[in-house]
Amino acid sequence: MAVAKPKQQRLVLALAAIAVLAVAGIIAAFALEDTAAYFKAPSDIAAEQPAAGQVIRLGGLVKEGSVTRSADGLVLNFTVTDMKADTAVSYRGLVPDLFREKQGVIATGSFDANGRFVARELLAKHDEKYMPPEVAKALEKNGHPVNAPTAMVASDPAA
Amino acid sequence: MIPELGHFALWLAAAAALLQAFAPTLGLWRNDEGLMKLAVPAALAQAVLTVLAFAALSWAFVVSDFSVKLVATNSHTMKPDMYLWTGVWANHEGSLLLWVLVMALSGAAVALAPATLGPRFRDRVLSVQAMVALGFFAFLLIASNPFERLTPAPTEGQGLNPLLQDPGLAFHPPLLYIGYVGLSVAFAFAVAGMLEDKVGPAWAKATRPWVAGAWAFLTMGIALGSFWAYYELGWGGWWFWDPVENAALMPWLAATALIHSIAVVMKRDALRAWTLLLSVAAFSLSMMGTFIVRSGLLTSVHAFAVDPTRGLFLMALMTIYIGGALAIYALAAGRVAEGRQFSLLSRESALVANNLLMSAMLGVVLVGTLYPMALEGMGGAQISVGPPYFNRTVVPMLLVATVLMGIAPYLGWRKSATGHLASRLLPAGIAAAGAVVVAVFPLGVREIGSLLGFGAAAWLGVASISILVKRGLTLSAAGMALAHLGVAVSILGATASGALQREALVAMRVGDAVEMGPWRAELMDVRPIAGPNWTAIEATLDVRRNGEPVAVLHPQSRMFVAPSQETTEAGRAGWRTGELYSVIGKPDGSGRWQVHLWVKPMVRLIWIGGLLMALGGVLALGGKVRAGARRRSAEPEGALPVPQAA
Repeated sequence: MAVAKPKQQRLVLALAAIAVLAVAGIIAAFALEDTAAYFKAPSDIAAEQPAAGQVIRLGGLVKEGSVTRSADGLVLNFTVTDMKADTAVSYRGLVPDLFREKQGVIATGSFDANGRFVARELLAKHDEKYMPPEVAKALEKNGHPVNAPTAMVASDPAA
Repeated sequence: MIPELGHFALWLAAAAALLQAFAPTLGLWRNDEGLMKLAVPAALAQAVLTVLAFAALSWAFVVSDFSVKLVATNSHTMKPDMYLWTGVWANHEGSLLLWVLVMALSGAAVALAPATLGPRFRDRVLSVQAMVALGFFAFLLIASNPFERLTPAPTEGQGLNPLLQDPGLAFHPPLLYIGYVGLSVAFAFAVAGMLEDKVGPAWAKATRPWVAGAWAFLTMGIALGSFWAYYELGWGGWWFWDPVENAALMPWLAATALIHSIAVVMKRDALRAWTLLLSVAAFSLSMMGTFIVRSGLLTSVHAFAVDPTRGLFLMALMTIYIGGALAIYALAAGRVAEGRQFSLLSRESALVANNLLMSAMLGVVLVGTLYPMALEGMGGAQISVGPPYFNRTVVPMLLVATVLMGIAPYLGWRKSATGHLASRLLPAGIAAAGAVVVAVFPLGVREIGSLLGFGAAAWLGVASISILVKRGLTLSAAGMALAHLGVAVSILGATASGALQREALVAMRVGDAVEMGPWRAELMDVRPIAGPNWTAIEATLDVRRNGEPVAVLHPQSRMFVAPSQETTEAGRAGWRTGELYSVIGKPDGSGRWQVHLWVKPMVRLIWIGGLLMALGGVLALGGKVRAGARRRSAEPEGALPVPQAA
């Protein structure tokens, strides 16, 4: 292969770079389209039921008195509420440390063919003062603002 | 009193940085030697004063001086002693002070290292470094004063997040920060190189040790962070594609590309403009990492405090530095002469391919990390981009890179012959095919991605080992081969721990057992225990393989006193290069305990590979020194061995 002239070489390198980045961009765009999980509150789901199998992040508060367990002790059933609508969730696995009734939770999963929301991952708040911001926002939208400073500030009570 | 002295020392350090930034600039402009000579003493003074400030803050933490607000909000007298020390940087202000400390020490290192490019260049580098440091001093002193007092002082502090009460905290942030800040030195060299028109092989040789060192520290910091997340978070995973992890991965990818492109500048004097751009990008991404972690755009265990003004401040800083560097680049790029030519089949081309792949990976990680934030910022939907996206985009590119990494070291510079390639790469090809066959038949792996992973690991591993066993290797080449071997080892660990993993989720009573293939785990006991600032429920699991006892695991569910919080402590034990991993959940009310148990073969190879990579980076600092040979042998290009801290 002949050694190219300086100008040509720079051009070839630039074109190669553009081509690679364009391909990467296209792959990224398709992958984003396919895999991005939308955040939905129960009232969003009441308004428009997502397709079965579509991965979403369901967020809200764990409804008081809704938490039960299956007979084998492994499946957790509970209801997520945003004070307007409720969605029933089942989750098989260990319950996060900070999962509580009346506390914020985000369940990542999808609806099965029977219209039941099956979570494969539960995210509860990760310390005493923290509320997932999406949940805080969703509750606020429905006229139930959580106390903003305590919801948003992770470790600075004097702020 | 001591906190005030620390605060005062911090102001004086900022003043020293101001002097270090502007005296040499003025001196270089007006050709005033006296002003230029101030750079070195100013850098040393800045380092000493920052050490004093850091010591003062550490003192406040160690003696639990709760009249200092930062101590009151982040510490507690019942905390074990070790975390009194490491708690200094387990918060926003303290971690920034650590950042500034590392930066000041790196300035002192530049000031004391031999100035291979001449004192003028060194003074220019110091001045650029100080300008970067000034921004962080301003941020610290104006928006995040760590020495702020609290009156009246509380009698007890609020404690440290239990997830951070771990030995990992002692090493993970400092290692990462040394890496980030090392990249700031490369950034300063790049800016100084452009301002002084010095970009060329000598410049590359002087910059390379800083990049290799920074890269080694970043690699260790990330590997350690991954290991920490693995054992502390109790989810059994080792990489979550969390934005905070991506924030550290992106500068690492840029630094990886930079190490490779700087080698081209050093050896062949080509790719100069691109290398400059990468130097700017690597440090910009470090700052962006700090920005997205600290600004409150993210909420995770890493985002200690959420304060929009701080976010704006950091955003302004980042805009000034990146914008300034890009402006200098735009002005200087025209003057950066075009490099020497190379053929399509050459080491240079392979390194260009590496750079393109690293940049493409960086691009898809950047898009996946920032797109959800941007979308939400513009009032769009709230989406989350998780492992499926990253696995689908990054993993194929990594596989392509792995194939190239096996071949590239056998290519010659400028224009490579190809006749030798087939025979040299034959062992690697056989190993790759063998690994796939072994994975399919005895191990029963069917998933195509995993099979490619096994093949790629064997290919790269054997190709790298065959370089390592050659005699008369330079340390630089040995470091390269070792780092590549590390990549192969990590890929093997990641592939095997996923494809061969066994997992069971059960609710058990004491005396119950669960079986997974040859494995059997029996719940022997569940009882309460107490630690220094926590109480816990601890299970005892007896794990056997084919009836032979292998390990006894003790997973815990801990309840911390201050702050009151529950955490899950995984019960782990090593098995060959893999691990047994168990987590205990809540009782179900009828005497059963939820237990999640994993057998993860070869999982430790992931982090061992990371250490090999870092070790390779450190070896590469030795440059042309021959491994195992005391005598220096003349190189074809007449280059001399690079001193360790050039």
